[in-house]
Amino acid sequence: MVSLTVNGKAQRVDVQPEMPLLWVLRETLGLTGTKYGCGMALCGACTVHLDGAPVRACVTPASAAAGKRVTTIEGLSDKGDHPLQRAWTEVDVPQCGYCQPGQIMSAAALLASKPSPTDADIDAAMAGNICRCGTYQRIRAAIHQAAALQKGGAR
Amino acid sequence: MKTLVSRRALLKGGLAVGAGLTIGFPLPRRRSDALAQTPGVFAPNQWLRIDRDGVVTITNSVPEMGQGSLTTTPMIIADELDVDLDRVRVEQAPANPALFKNPVTGAQSYGGSRGVRDHLAMWRKAAAGAREMLMQAAANEWGVPVESVETEPNEVVHKPTGRRLLYGQLVDRAQQLPVPQDPKLKTPDKFRYIGKHVHRRDTPEKITGRGVYGVDVVVPGMLVASIERCPVFGGKVKSFDATAAKQVKGVKHVVQVSNGIAVVADGFWSASQGRKALRVTWDEGPTAQVSSAMITREYEAAARQPGQVARNDGDAEKALAAGGRVHEAVYQVPFLEHACMEPMNATAQVTPDACVIWAPTQNPGGTQATGARLTGLPPEKVTVHTTLLGGGFGRRGEQDFIVDAVETAKAVGAPVKVMWTREDDLTHGFYRPATYNLFRAALDANGMPAAWFTRMVGPGILIQKGRAKAGEIDAAAVEAVRNMPYDVPNLRIEWTNKDFGIPLGFWRSVGPSQNGFIIESFIDELAHLAGKDPYEYRRALLGKSPRHKGVLELAATKANWGAPLPSGRGRGIAVVFSYGSYAATVAEVSVAPDGAVRVHRLVAAIDPGIAVNPDQVKAQMEGGAVYALTAAFYGRITIDRGRVQQSNFHDYPMLRINEMPVVEPHILDSGEAPGGLGEPGVPSVAPAVCNAIYAVTGKRVRALPIDRAQLKRA
Ligand code: FES
Ligand code: FES
Repeated sequence: MVSLTVNGKAQRVDVQPEMPLLWVLRETLGLTGTKYGCGMALCGACTVHLDGAPVRACVTPASAAAGKRVTTIEGLSDKGDHPLQRAWTEVDVPQCGYCQPGQIMSAAALLASKPSPTDADIDAAMAGNICRCGTYQRIRAAIHQAAALQKGGAR
Repeated sequence: MKTLVSRRALLKGGLAVGAGLTIGFPLPRRRSDALAQTPGVFAPNQWLRIDRDGVVTITNSVPEMGQGSLTTTPMIIADELDVDLDRVRVEQAPANPALFKNPVTGAQSYGGSRGVRDHLAMWRKAAAGAREMLMQAAANEWGVPVESVETEPNEVVHKPTGRRLLYGQLVDRAQQLPVPQDPKLKTPDKFRYIGKHVHRRDTPEKITGRGVYGVDVVVPGMLVASIERCPVFGGKVKSFDATAAKQVKGVKHVVQVSNGIAVVADGFWSASQGRKALRVTWDEGPTAQVSSAMITREYEAAARQPGQVARNDGDAEKALAAGGRVHEAVYQVPFLEHACMEPMNATAQVTPDACVIWAPTQNPGGTQATGARLTGLPPEKVTVHTTLLGGGFGRRGEQDFIVDAVETAKAVGAPVKVMWTREDDLTHGFYRPATYNLFRAALDANGMPAAWFTRMVGPGILIQKGRAKAGEIDAAAVEAVRNMPYDVPNLRIEWTNKDFGIPLGFWRSVGPSQNGFIIESFIDELAHLAGKDPYEYRRALLGKSPRHKGVLELAATKANWGAPLPSGRGRGIAVVFSYGSYAATVAEVSVAPDGAVRVHRLVAAIDPGIAVNPDQVKAQMEGGAVYALTAAFYGRITIDRGRVQQSNFHDYPMLRINEMPVVEPHILDSGEAPGGLGEPGVPSVAPAVCNAIYAVTGKRVRALPIDRAQLKRA
């Protein structure tokens, strides 16, 4: 049994402690927004926040999340209107979209610590997230736009 | 382990996970005969229907793999039907080739950048016909000639009297009317959506985690399987011991299927733990003798022998023998894997009288046929739900992952989702062919090519797949070489088929993805040899290829070709036709003393005939550039003893955001027939980059991926 808080809700899950958080989220809790891409912390598709910090859920054992707050893409905002999500829509970032929950979670952690990130900050924070469709240029533009939205008084 | 769920519940299961999703999984129905008779529903064809509330539902037959078909398809239909796009619902078509086949290929399968270009005319006609029926219905209602009515979004109006009827109010009358065979299409100046920037409709699902990809499908009673496959291509199971695997918590079944041993469990984690505990002895078969070094040796040997003639203009051999300035070079490219972000997967349920498949497939028609073949059911008993695709790039037209799911589900008598790991995906793909290409050219007194000879050696995708005859020229292998655009009086292209059994597939832009590199690099060599500007040299040779020239000039102009650059930077240019569209790229690069290449900027031009959603055409150019750069800098699959040596993104790396150049796409609206969009952005990028590397370093890249050690200075 592992107890953790997922998107603000307390959960007790009956899983082996070494099972990666990714599968707890996707299969035990049915939160399929967090994606599997490599299982080796190489692609970022599985990025979630653990007590606010971005982690790769595919290599994070369930036990490491015990007693912690987990935020997934489903819990990033109530209505899908986080400044990043609004900017993503405006810029038409996603193509296939598969990598985008991970991209957005990495970007959200970046914006939380650096409200006005430079291009170098974006490179550093986002280089762990692969997009095979090649949406990087729009991701960069959308992060800058979200930063501006956030400053303009958006949540 | 029998799960008794009705088909209806099963479909609801599919719908439950997709709640709030734009692409609902529609109930399969016999269209449009049944609907044509349904009271209150105007369904003049399989592509659209309108109900009394005025709700327009459009069926999109093209799988959404990132290219934006969930937006583009309704844009086209809504425009010609004259309805507001945001009031339109979109459904993903079920497998039903009779209704939803591609009108050009005849198959309900999507590759070759065929979404817009093959369907545009048909969808416009279908929607225009519906609009005429609605106008006729209103004219009848008012007792006025149909010529005196027109449409405004969602309604028919009679301007002289100011009368209006909403489409929803005309449903019952319109339903009675004959479908016009030759409806009048809008003139382009009347387009409200086609050619305009329309935001993608699928973004909300894709940024909230609600979108349902194949891997997200959940069906009541479903189990999850992971399959241990023979590491050697074509190998078979000799024997296996499942004792330890079955002891792993959560593992329910271990069954042999065509592609290996399936460990079936209550979830992916248990299945993969079970798989690790499995003991399998393989009969590796003949491919175990094959390695990359051996393939290269065999290619080299074959290149010394004459090949089959793919094109022969004038007498290249004679012109080359005449001497003058003769130049020779060899170009090589490796095998590549698609690496879709979503690894392969599919879900199936097989009961005695039905088979239901949920799959991220580019090929719903083929999926249905596979289901029918494996279950013995007639195709109409095989329902296919096409989910969102986490990338396609040609990989998802294949059937191997469908076979996995149907066979495993059948074997265990429960719905099963078969999930591949990244390692499975990279080591059991369908690879872009590795090739070896010999070039020889002779320049005339003006430095222009008097003779050109190319001998290509490599396997043929179409031949290996049985879609072209062995012994003939494989059209995919020679594409963009056989039809290279430069005006050379003596031109000879040869091809030799050398296939060592490595499974081949269609990799985003297929033949041109590699042949664009070799042709556009070699022509660059000739330009430099002649002491001419590579852009002007190409222009001079493109007299018979005006559309190539058009994009070449656009890219060069937008990139300020010839203008000074910061020191240490160089430019390269390339132009390639593929999949109905013309594309050119100018690359700006610098090369560090240690050989590290930085691409600063790519200026890309495309002539796709017509750009239905220009911003998404640009998105495809941006994405195509990244796909091409990944291949140019990193892409290499090597074979050792019949096995792929790479396994995950550490040894098969992808371009990342910190290496991303600025990409500036430009569209040349030529008004010609629509061309492809997903693939044409790829082929001109690698040669433009390598030609720029030459401009900076004087070193010619003749093999991909680019070898940094070769570019090291001092
Ligand atoms: S799936 Fe976790 S980083 Fe790739
Ligand atoms: S949008 Fe397809 S992988 Fe990023």
